[in-house]
Amino acid sequence: MSHEIPYIAAINEAIQLEMERDEDVLYFGQNIATTEDDPFLKAFGSDRVRVTPISETAEIGMAVGAALAGLRPVVELYMAEFMLVAMNQVVNEAPRFRYMSGGRVKVPLVLKAGYGFTAGWAGQHTGSIYSMFTGVPGLKVVLPSTAADAKGLMATAIRDDNPVCYFHHYLLTLEHGDVPDGEYLVPFGQAAVRREGGDVTIVATGFMVGKALAAAEALASEGISAEVIDPRTLVPLDLDTILTSVEKTGRLVLVDQATRYGSASAAIAADVAEHGFSSLKAPIKQVTALDATIPYSEPMEAFLLPDEAKISAAVHQVLGGSPVATA
Amino acid sequence: MERAVPTMDAELANRLLSTMWRIRAFEERVAQLKRTMQVHGLIHLSIGGEGVAAGVCGQLRNDDGVYSGHRAHGHAIAKGAPLTGMMAELMGRVDGLCHGLGGSMHVVDREHGMLGATGVVGGNLPMAAGDALAAKLGGTDRITVVFFGDGAVQAGHFHESVNLAALWQLPLIFVCENNGMAEFTSRAEHSPVDSVSDVVAPYGFKRATVEGSDVGAVWTGFGKFLKLARRGGGPFLLECRTHRRAGHYEGDAQEYRDELAEQEWAQRDPLARFQEQALADGLIDEPTAAEIETQARAAVEAAVEGARKSTFPTAELAAELVYAK
Ligand SMILES: Cc1ncc(C[n+]2csc(CCOP(=O)(O)OP(=O)(O)O)c2C)c(N)n1
Repeated sequence: MSHEIPYIAAINEAIQLEMERDEDVLYFGQNIATTEDDPFLKAFGSDRVRVTPISETAEIGMAVGAALAGLRPVVELYMAEFMLVAMNQVVNEAPRFRYMSGGRVKVPLVLKAGYGFTAGWAGQHTGSIYSMFTGVPGLKVVLPSTAADAKGLMATAIRDDNPVCYFHHYLLTLEHGDVPDGEYLVPFGQAAVRREGGDVTIVATGFMVGKALAAAEALASEGISAEVIDPRTLVPLDLDTILTSVEKTGRLVLVDQATRYGSASAAIAADVAEHGFSSLKAPIKQVTALDATIPYSEPMEAFLLPDEAKISAAVHQVLGGSPVATA
Repeated sequence: MERAVPTMDAELANRLLSTMWRIRAFEERVAQLKRTMQVHGLIHLSIGGEGVAAGVCGQLRNDDGVYSGHRAHGHAIAKGAPLTGMMAELMGRVDGLCHGLGGSMHVVDREHGMLGATGVVGGNLPMAAGDALAAKLGGTDRITVVFFGDGAVQAGHFHESVNLAALWQLPLIFVCENNGMAEFTSRAEHSPVDSVSDVVAPYGFKRATVEGSDVGAVWTGFGKFLKLARRGGGPFLLECRTHRRAGHYEGDAQEYRDELAEQEWAQRDPLARFQEQALADGLIDEPTAAEIETQARAAVEAAVEGARKSTFPTAELAAELVYAK
């Protein structure tokens, strides 16, 4: 059985279910539980649901310490960029402790942060900065693109014994989707094939999955059959599903809202070039944001970002301008 | 709380009222433009904070630096930023102060000493200290002001900046607008220390708390520190108690708080309060007050018209500005 709810509600549903299931799960952050009838506060009380001041270093650092002490904190950070204030805690404490202790301790922690709010939020609130974290061994990085995954990946993140950066896309917040009832877990490291096709593989992340699907739909009317893969988790990455698809199609287009040199697509492209080179019939094509800070002005924001047209153009390019070239 | 007796005369009253009306008219117009999507993005209005902006920036020179945060429109306007450049920026146009690339939260107008605004709470504090260091090293008597909300005080970088500014005796005046709220939660949920000026007590520098809706009190309180800072003193902290009239951002449903009764707002509205006082004290007459408002609204309208004439920035510009050449 399933029910239709917005992406953001699906995330909350997972947190709520996990808090019911496990008393060690805490939820804290700025501006949560702002009214007395907040459902989290009502269900779990102010010991487990805690409002914090604007103190990211302490919020995240305390979560690390509490995790080391056996609790399972979920830290609400709202914007991925606010994690940057606490870079030491995120990058140099949370993911290092288990390893440095020779495996004697663990840090089960979820850092929940929105990203990619490209709707005029300008230079400091719009970044797609997840790849700053994929390069840190010990951190897991999750990027749900549907309401169901938002729920399932959050539940898995909370049960994971490692620090997980859970990045939800702001422009998906109110997107509705079918979400399975009750306990629902989406395993890490399992990509989803969102659309099957034989001519070209499109790997897209987060908000870009929808754009890639729309492009694939339009391409279908031209007789081009695109396979769309959503990795869902960047660390761990399901490279096998991508390689299998590329083996079939021989062509790869990567779509990522991050800037080129800070994207997940750059790493995936490198892996496919290394492990799937013999299947490739054309050079890999990346459709990313241009390497600039997101501008405030609406037309410039659009100029910098990947969109359907850019994805279609990339597909045409890897197909050599015509689907006939695949034959 | 310090009760300041403003040394007010007709000329100053006129000037302060004009600045406050320019800010109020600008903010009200921005709210309208946001509703019709002519201004896009994340907008924080400073209605209720006009007294602080006018009382502080009205005493600064163009070479004095101001850093602000996400709620920066009023500070920029009071510091002298042209309304058309401001409005064009908020409308994302190429003739905006930052060519439309910065927007509401990131206004820079160096000509008037508006050094910048940051959307990351408290990010401006150490940068302002850096400007004050440069002023000190440069041997000038220019000073730096940093505006921030009470929310920023709980950030580590607040304490780091205060400590260094005190240690190095920087010509920096911290101006905190304590509106008792950070986004949707109250100060009491953020800190056991109610008064921001108490937070810095151990550092031993001069600090004061004034009623931010009383522009005269802001003027006097800030003026004292400014005088000392010009002579090489510093740092100082001025806490201004204000009321955030609007939601945290434009579009905020504000379910987390009760609306202030109109009567109470009239008490805390820096503009209404000052205008009434100035009328009662005979510093200004009704027709003049009305004229000031009319002129402010006309200036804002002209700014909107001017902004509309400007085009959007080009792709070349967006690409070209990533690195300094
Ligand atoms: C480091 C950081 N954390 C969180 C936020 C989100 N945020 C934006 S404004 C704000 C509240 C700021 O409160 P305050 O400093 O008191 O200023 P006010 O909005 O009341 O003027 C918060 C939490 C942010 N911008 N930066």
